[in-house]
Amino acid sequence: MSTPLRALLLTVLAIGGTFGLDPFRNYQLATAAACFAAVAGLTVLVGLTGQLSLGHAVLMAAGGYGFASAASAVDGPWPVALLAGLVAAAAASGALGLLLGAAAARLRGPYLAGLTLALVIALPAAANTLPLGGDQGVRAPFLPVPEPLAALIAVEQWHAWLAIATAAVAVTPLVMLRNGRAGLRMRAVLDDETASRLSGVDPGPVKAGAFAASAVPAGLGGAALAIATQQVTPGGYGLGFSLLLVVAAVAGGLGSIGGAAIGAVLVTVLPWGLDELAALAPDGLGRRLDGNLAVLLFGAGLIALTTAWPGGAARLLDRLRAARPLRLATPSTTTER
Amino acid sequence: MRTPTSKAAAALAAAALALAACSTPGGDESVPGVTDDTVTIGTHQPLTGPAAAGYSTISAATAAYFAYVNANGGINGREIEYLVKDDAYDPAATQTAVRELVTEEEVFAIVNGLGTPTHSAVLDYLDQQGVPDLFVSSGSLTWNQPDVYDNTFAFNADYVTEGAALAQYAVEQDPGAVVCVLGQDDDYGEGVIEGVETVVGSNEIAEVQTYSVSSEDLTAQLGAMMAAGCEVNVLGTINGFTAMAVGTAAQMEWFPRWYVSSSGADYPTLAGYLGEDLAPVLLQGMVSVNYLPFSPGGEWVSLFEEINAEYNDGAPFTGNTVFGMSVGYLFCEALAAAGDDPTRESLVAAVESGDLVGNGIVPLSYSGDDHAAYRAVGVTVVNEGVQDYVGATYEVSAGRVTAIEPSPVPLENEGIPGE
Amino acid sequence: MDRFVFLAAAGLARGAVLALFALSLVIVWRTARAVNFAQAAMAAAAVYAAFAVTAATGSYWAGLATGLAAGALLGAGAERGLMRRLPAHAPLPGIIVAIGLVMVLQAGLAIAFGPEHRPMHPPFSQRPFLIGGVPVLSPYDLFTLAAAAAVMAALALLFNRTPLGLQLRAAAFAPETARLLGVRVPRMATLGWALSVAAASLAALLLVPTELGLNPHAVDLLFVNAFAVAVIGGLDSPAGALLAGIGTGLLVSLVTGYVSASAAPLAVLALMTLVLLVRPGGLLAPKEARTA
Repeated sequence: MSTPLRALLLTVLAIGGTFGLDPFRNYQLATAAACFAAVAGLTVLVGLTGQLSLGHAVLMAAGGYGFASAASAVDGPWPVALLAGLVAAAAASGALGLLLGAAAARLRGPYLAGLTLALVIALPAAANTLPLGGDQGVRAPFLPVPEPLAALIAVEQWHAWLAIATAAVAVTPLVMLRNGRAGLRMRAVLDDETASRLSGVDPGPVKAGAFAASAVPAGLGGAALAIATQQVTPGGYGLGFSLLLVVAAVAGGLGSIGGAAIGAVLVTVLPWGLDELAALAPDGLGRRLDGNLAVLLFGAGLIALTTAWPGGAARLLDRLRAARPLRLATPSTTTER
Repeated sequence: MRTPTSKAAAALAAAALALAACSTPGGDESVPGVTDDTVTIGTHQPLTGPAAAGYSTISAATAAYFAYVNANGGINGREIEYLVKDDAYDPAATQTAVRELVTEEEVFAIVNGLGTPTHSAVLDYLDQQGVPDLFVSSGSLTWNQPDVYDNTFAFNADYVTEGAALAQYAVEQDPGAVVCVLGQDDDYGEGVIEGVETVVGSNEIAEVQTYSVSSEDLTAQLGAMMAAGCEVNVLGTINGFTAMAVGTAAQMEWFPRWYVSSSGADYPTLAGYLGEDLAPVLLQGMVSVNYLPFSPGGEWVSLFEEINAEYNDGAPFTGNTVFGMSVGYLFCEALAAAGDDPTRESLVAAVESGDLVGNGIVPLSYSGDDHAAYRAVGVTVVNEGVQDYVGATYEVSAGRVTAIEPSPVPLENEGIPGE
Repeated sequence: MDRFVFLAAAGLARGAVLALFALSLVIVWRTARAVNFAQAAMAAAAVYAAFAVTAATGSYWAGLATGLAAGALLGAGAERGLMRRLPAHAPLPGIIVAIGLVMVLQAGLAIAFGPEHRPMHPPFSQRPFLIGGVPVLSPYDLFTLAAAAAVMAALALLFNRTPLGLQLRAAAFAPETARLLGVRVPRMATLGWALSVAAASLAALLLVPTELGLNPHAVDLLFVNAFAVAVIGGLDSPAGALLAGIGTGLLVSLVTGYVSASAAPLAVLALMTLVLLVRPGGLLAPKEARTA
């Protein structure tokens, strides 16, 4: 099945799935879809070129700010505002990604990690210095349910649709890119820079391009999040969130888009689920457990999962599939780093 | 290829029809969060993360007050269920927490959501959903926009009011002193600076310094203020940074007069940072403003101390305790006034009626076109380790500061509002 | 001029702590080729141990010794119990496990001790000496500088002048060869982690008395800045950590004093970008092999 067709099918399935969910779950689905786009970008970047970015939250924020300002500026019917917002989100995050990529091409592992980390830390300062609304951030326009659908679905479900569609628009080209010549080049650079240079592939542009290609879906993810939450604040894209994106990419399995989906759902739904679980703890244990117990359980689970399956969920699924006689083909991206 | 797609489409259509009801809005006519014997309300608070240190005790105090009310029969026969969600002071987490409270838990109202950046993130959502958004725990002016957010009400005196009152008292005590400001680099610090400027005149503040909450120290800022010859330092700082400013200055052998906004001037909390031995010395004469009844030995404090001992495991009694319980009291008063069968509309109408008195030392100013809680504040001074009101009370409106008489609300009916 | 001297002195003391923490990251990178993202939480846990002992005995020095020992134990324990189980040459699982460890430690500390800030008193006065009316370093700042310098000198000796140091470096740089030559590679990694977290704990112990007080997040910002410092200086270079630590401390202090507090993180980011553009391996990076 060709990639666009498969993407379309999955999108329709996901949108159909929203009918089975109540408004709060649909809101969670929208945030998961937004994270999925960002994690997909990150997982391709890390899995294929080995460049570790701890700053994808900032790229999401760039997309969110781009979406909010452009969509608010457009005075027209909502599809026009939405489209303008998405284009601005892709442009803002793509430009930042290209800049970062140019620097990243020269850097190795921890040095790139350090630079992107410093970027995340500087985001609140940048929001206070640049005209980005400071700590309170900027408002993104509220997109109400269109008239013909208003009787059928709630606003959360509508936003989930938009987020899912945005994620699909963000991830599909990424998958095509990964499966095409560009993906081949990225893998060549990862395997051996000298060898790739000898065969005429210059690692610099490939790495920079990969960074930009990974930044655009992250930015669109930020736009999807802005649609669901109508707000972009620097506090929402802090270090903790940025690291969660890395967790999602690794827990899902680096390089795997399916894994990115699993990882995104994991980091959006699991903390909430654990919070619910921790709320069941008897009251007598004291107030200090409030909130902290859920964080503790999440951390412990993360350690246990990673030590048991360092390759992430996608590797695990691969292994299960391999054990069966009929192996369903998925694009092989089993490069581990 | 064709088969799976069309199958999926068919399944989908069926699912859509079958499940449409599941996610469709509306339906029954009952009031969300209200049953015959309970009222469920929710809040978002930083229970974890760096902000937890300063604020996680507020919701515990509010919950303790509600437990006291429930143990005494509730309000109009209904017990109050108070759902506290942790947002770690992260606006993204606030979004999730508040949506869960509204759509899953179907709360009657959101009460005392804490923080400017966090609560800003859910302001529009609560407005769209028509959920009463009562007594926001922040002094931003954002919450007082009845034309835009008709269900949102502030609780704190706003930062501009506090800054203006502090500056007015400073000018009266000490005419001609060099006035400087240290403020947080957000709407809190900006509001205090704006308030001070309304009194001393714009560009008349000798030195303005800011810090960010992630700062590790204030050495650079205080060095600059010392060099500028500041005599009166007005602080728009949270408790931890007030303690740090006072402590750092003392290390430099510099003892200017401190005028601190209420959000950063809680004596028990500051003493926790500075140590019980140093606090009475370093904080001697510290001026602040407040609007809640925290005078040691006062009838409200005595009641709150009893509730704290019985329903809050005897947690340390601080300004946060008084704040949290006062919020609880005000909500109970509003709920009682909303009638035997409260609706979201009747709750908002009760607050807007102007009949609520709260438990402050100055009048509440809620009305149909004013969603600010306190427009006046009383001056407090620390003397030998005791922080109390000194009588001076100021009302700030339309950029003018006027002295008024305090009008404390007496304790009635053992602190349980009735009709 | 007074202001400059004052700000520079403040920046120097802050830079020493930064350099020491950055050095701890350099140690674990040199001995185990890992960046420990849990360094801050582990150091905070060690400071809690020190705090408890100081509170019980009344002795700052007993607390200090306990803190260092607790840090070393935590480091060794994390390496033996967790990091060793992960696949070699794949840095990401290690990072994820470290993030998990941060959550467990910080939530655990908050449950055990509460989220409040607990004041820690320094062993020496924090009252600065006045030189020409300008407050400069305090006795405690001098203690901090001396402690940082002593640790750096000791580690430099260990790594460059002793057989153990050579084994430590060899075990990380060429584990297979080192093993063939009789170096007990796993033991070296454990030792490297223990040394690293102990150094980080010392930096945290020096920092906390100058801050708001001890809380589970007290060391977070130090880690983030120190990581930036280690990257600026070069992850392989202790001297780079020192140079970049002092430089960054001065920069942050001066920018805060002359511009604003919120400009400081932007200045660090700008400095790092500038350094990495000119020298991608940090200020004092070792020469790399030609690749083309």
